[in-house]
Parts: sequence; C-alpha cells; structure tokens
Amino acid sequence: MTSLPAQPSAKRLGLVIDLDICVGCHACAVNCKEWNSGGVAAPLTDLAPYGADPDGVWFNRVHTFEVGEGAAGRTVHFPRSCLHCAEPACVTVCPTGASYKRAEDGIVLVNEDLCIGCKLCSWACPYGAREFDEDAGVMKKCTLCIDRIYNTTFDPEDRVPACVATCPASARHFGDLGDPDSAVSKLVAEREGFDLMAEMGYAPTNKYLPPRPRQQSAGCTGAPARLAPATPAQAGGLLGWLDRLLSQ
Amino acid sequence: MHPSLSVILFTTASGAGYGLLALLGVLAPFGVLPADRMFGLVALALALGAITGGLVSSAFHLGQRQRAWRAFSQWRTSWLSREGVAAVATYLPAGLFGIGWVFLGVVMKAAGLLSALGAVATVFCTAMIYRSLKPVPRWHNRWVVPNYLALALMSGTLWLMLVLQIFGPRPELYVLAPATIVLAAFLKLAYWRFIDSAPATSTAGSATGLGSLGTVRLFEAPHTSENYLLKEMGFQIARKHAARLRRIATGLGFGLPFVLSLAPFVVAGWPAVAAAFVAAALGTAGVFVERWLFFAEAQHAVTLFYGRSEV
Repeated sequence: MTSLPAQPSAKRLGLVIDLDICVGCHACAVNCKEWNSGGVAAPLTDLAPYGADPDGVWFNRVHTFEVGEGAAGRTVHFPRSCLHCAEPACVTVCPTGASYKRAEDGIVLVNEDLCIGCKLCSWACPYGAREFDEDAGVMKKCTLCIDRIYNTTFDPEDRVPACVATCPASARHFGDLGDPDSAVSKLVAEREGFDLMAEMGYAPTNKYLPPRPRQQSAGCTGAPARLAPATPAQAGGLLGWLDRLLSQ
Repeated sequence: MHPSLSVILFTTASGAGYGLLALLGVLAPFGVLPADRMFGLVALALALGAITGGLVSSAFHLGQRQRAWRAFSQWRTSWLSREGVAAVATYLPAGLFGIGWVFLGVVMKAAGLLSALGAVATVFCTAMIYRSLKPVPRWHNRWVVPNYLALALMSGTLWLMLVLQIFGPRPELYVLAPATIVLAAFLKLAYWRFIDSAPATSTAGSATGLGSLGTVRLFEAPHTSENYLLKEMGFQIARKHAARLRRIATGLGFGLPFVLSLAPFVVAGWPAVAAAFVAAALGTAGVFVERWLFFAEAQHAVTLFYGRSEV
C-alpha cells in the first residue's frame, strides 16, 4: 500500500552526514554500488560502462560545492542519497503499491515485482533519490542496506549500511533518529544538524551536520606579534678601535 | 523535465477526446445536437478513439507494460492511479451512451451526463498528477488544473464543430468555439505570466543547507556524463527555444483557430467544413506544442544539486 503507515513506530532509522568531515573520496558511493550490486536491488545496471558516456544506477552520489567568496570561501563535499523522509511523496504518488514506507523502522523501499516503471516517484522526489534501471524497467533506490543492518550473520559492528562501514573519515553515522537519546540524535542536537529543502515539507529522516566555522586569524601563542630589530653589538677595546677606524 | 513523446501524445489526444465526450454527454441529452445515429457514431468514435489511442500511448513510457493493471490499485493516495480508475470507469457510461444513441436511437440522459462527469474527472486527475508535485514549482501551482480543463474543452469543442459542420450545422453553437479558445488562451497566458514571475521555491542554498555560509555553486559533479536524473529531470533542449515555441503555440493553437472559428458566421457548406477541420487540427497541434513546453520549461528541484541556483 502506498498509504503511509497509520501507526508508524517511533523508530526512524537513518543517516547523519557530517559535511565538516567529508573529504569527498567517493568511497561511500563506490561501496554502496558494490554492496547493492549483489544485494536485494541487484543488479544496479550500468549502460556503456567503458564507453564514452557511461551511465548507470547509483544510490549514492558525492557532489562538491564551493560556498562563499574570497577568504571566507570553502569547498564542501556533499554526499547525496535517499533521506527516508517521514512524508515521502515518492510513496504516495506510486500507482501500484510498489513503493512503501515500513511502519517498523521508517525505511522507504520499492517492491520491484510490483513496479511498472512509470517514473512518477522520481518526479516526486526533490532529492534525486530514485533512479530508473532501464535494463530492468523498474525504479531502484537506497534500501538503507536493509540486508546488512538486520543481518545476524554479521558481527554487530558490521550491521551498518555499506556507506557508513566504509567511510574512512567517519563522516557518516547510522542510527535511530526517532530516539532522542540515541548517539545520532545527540550528535544532531549538539552540532545543529539540519534538513535538506525543509520547505518542501517531506520531513527527511537523514540529517546533515554543517561545516564548523573556519578560524580566520592566528591564535595567541604568547610570542610578540613582531620581533624587535636586532641592534649590532658594539665591540670595545682594540677591535672596537679598529672597527671604528676601518668604518670611516 | 524531459518531454516524453508518449505522455504528450496521451494528454493531447485524451484531452481532446474527453473534451468532446463531455460536450456530447452534456449537449446531446438536451436535444441541442443532431439526434441522428450517424452523427452519434462519428462523434463518439472520434472521442473514444482519441481517448483510447491516448491511453495506449501512455503505456509506452512504462518500463513494465505487462503490469500496467496494477496501477488501478492505489487510488487512495495516487493521482495517477485515480486517473486510471476514472479513465476506465468513464468507458461504462460512455459505452451505454454510445450503444443507446447509435444502435437503439435513444439518447440516454443519465449515461450522457455520467460520461461527461467521468471525462471531467479524468482530465482533472491528469492535471492533479502535475499539480501535486512539489519538486516542480512550475507545475505545483493553481493555474495547472484550469489550464488542463480549458485546453481539453477547447480542443474537444473544435472537433465537435467539425463533426457538426459535416452532419448538420447548429448556428446557436457557433459561439462555443471562439469562446472556449479565448478562455483557454487567457488561462495559458496567465500560466506563462505566473511561471515567469513566481519567486523561487527552493535554492541551491536550501537544497544543500549551506546557504547561510554564502553563495552555493557546483564545483564538481558526482559523475562525468549524464545520468538518469539529468536526462529525465534536467532536460535543456527546448528551453532555449521557449520564447519562440510560446509564440508558435499561441498563434497556431489559439490565434488561427479563433479566426477560423468565425468562418461559419460568414460562409457555409464545404468552406465551413474545411475551416472547422483546419481549426481543429491547428488547435490540437497548438496544444501539442504547449504540452511540450509544459514539460520542457518545468524545472525540477534535483537540478539544484547539479548547478542550478534556484527553481
């Protein structure tokens, strides 16, 4: 059913992405592609992967933006994936019931056996989370690695989405954003995490943490700002007399 | 937005078909139209043919056509599903209306009015598919539904005038064509005026949440060639011809048909039939160009992540 859950659980699994830490290495995107090429949404079809214009389905994309001007300007790497919104229009517009939001944890999924590939859900998503697989004729999207996070054959520390597991900078965090006492919720509160395009009213679950303010001036080390010019030592005695004589 | 040919054909053809069906369903029961069976057959065949052709065309943009029947299931939330249900439901009264008129020689009032209701409901649902999409501000506004309804009424009227000219002109209905053209043209121009002046809904700053730090501009895209998102949502081609296409749509779709729709006031017989035919064909072609623009000029919020500064 494409109706949103009437009684959603308080649990809202999602990601917190730290834009201060992300170094733009694309490892999350690559590991996402690798894991999901063998997971429930497999294959993530590539068209002409070795051609001049390679194209393919990815659930995670890393954009790089320039923000601000001059000395205040900075480069921000920006990973973009499904935000598992609380009000996902991609689900409610689906005519077949293929798209759904799970009541138990808020994950938004596509049942590929029901999808007719009308693409309307991709039109309804402002975040570009859904991509059409031309080969399979159906829509595909981030599953929050549902086949990892509940996988009891994994060690508990590995039960996180592939993008989180692989991030070498620890810029990505996974957890229950519906629980105010969870580590991710505390992180969001502490760092003033924000929603993307809040004005759309989709109430995304995933949160982004802003880059920290840059320091524009040097801190105080106790040293004087400028060294006093050194005064040449005045030699006395015979050498001083010689120095004065030869300096004339 | 990528103007998919199958969707443009669908909305143009079925719009004209439902417009014609609605007019037949409302006018025939009150004896305003010729009651003869041949007129009923041709007019209803034209309406239902355009509707059916459009619906079949719309299936061609699906990735899995054999599952299209599933699209009737989610009418509780989905305007696309509601459109499908309304389209199929309209066939029932329209079929009875047609059987009664063509085979029994009886114009059934209830069936006619229900057909008209179904036709209006289906076009309304089509418009609501676009109207409800927040990520496309040029669709998510109050002008979209009146535009779809008025353009369907206009193209339906032009085809009705052609069939009437062939089977028995009704001078009391001549005014319908210029009136619906003026209404549709007014609403279309108002829509264009609105989308040209409406303030941006979202910006690269709100999309990335970085707006408070300064101007946000794309430094490096995630991929080197176009992906599905850019092909489907970042369509660029017609946009650069938008001004010219608007003039073409206005002249072709509204201007010439308006002049031609005045022809029956001064000429009769075959010249009037020819004028009605050209008016109907041009009006429909104009709607086709307008529908192309409706897609090509619409900017999707996802383009904010790919270098656009506002939508």
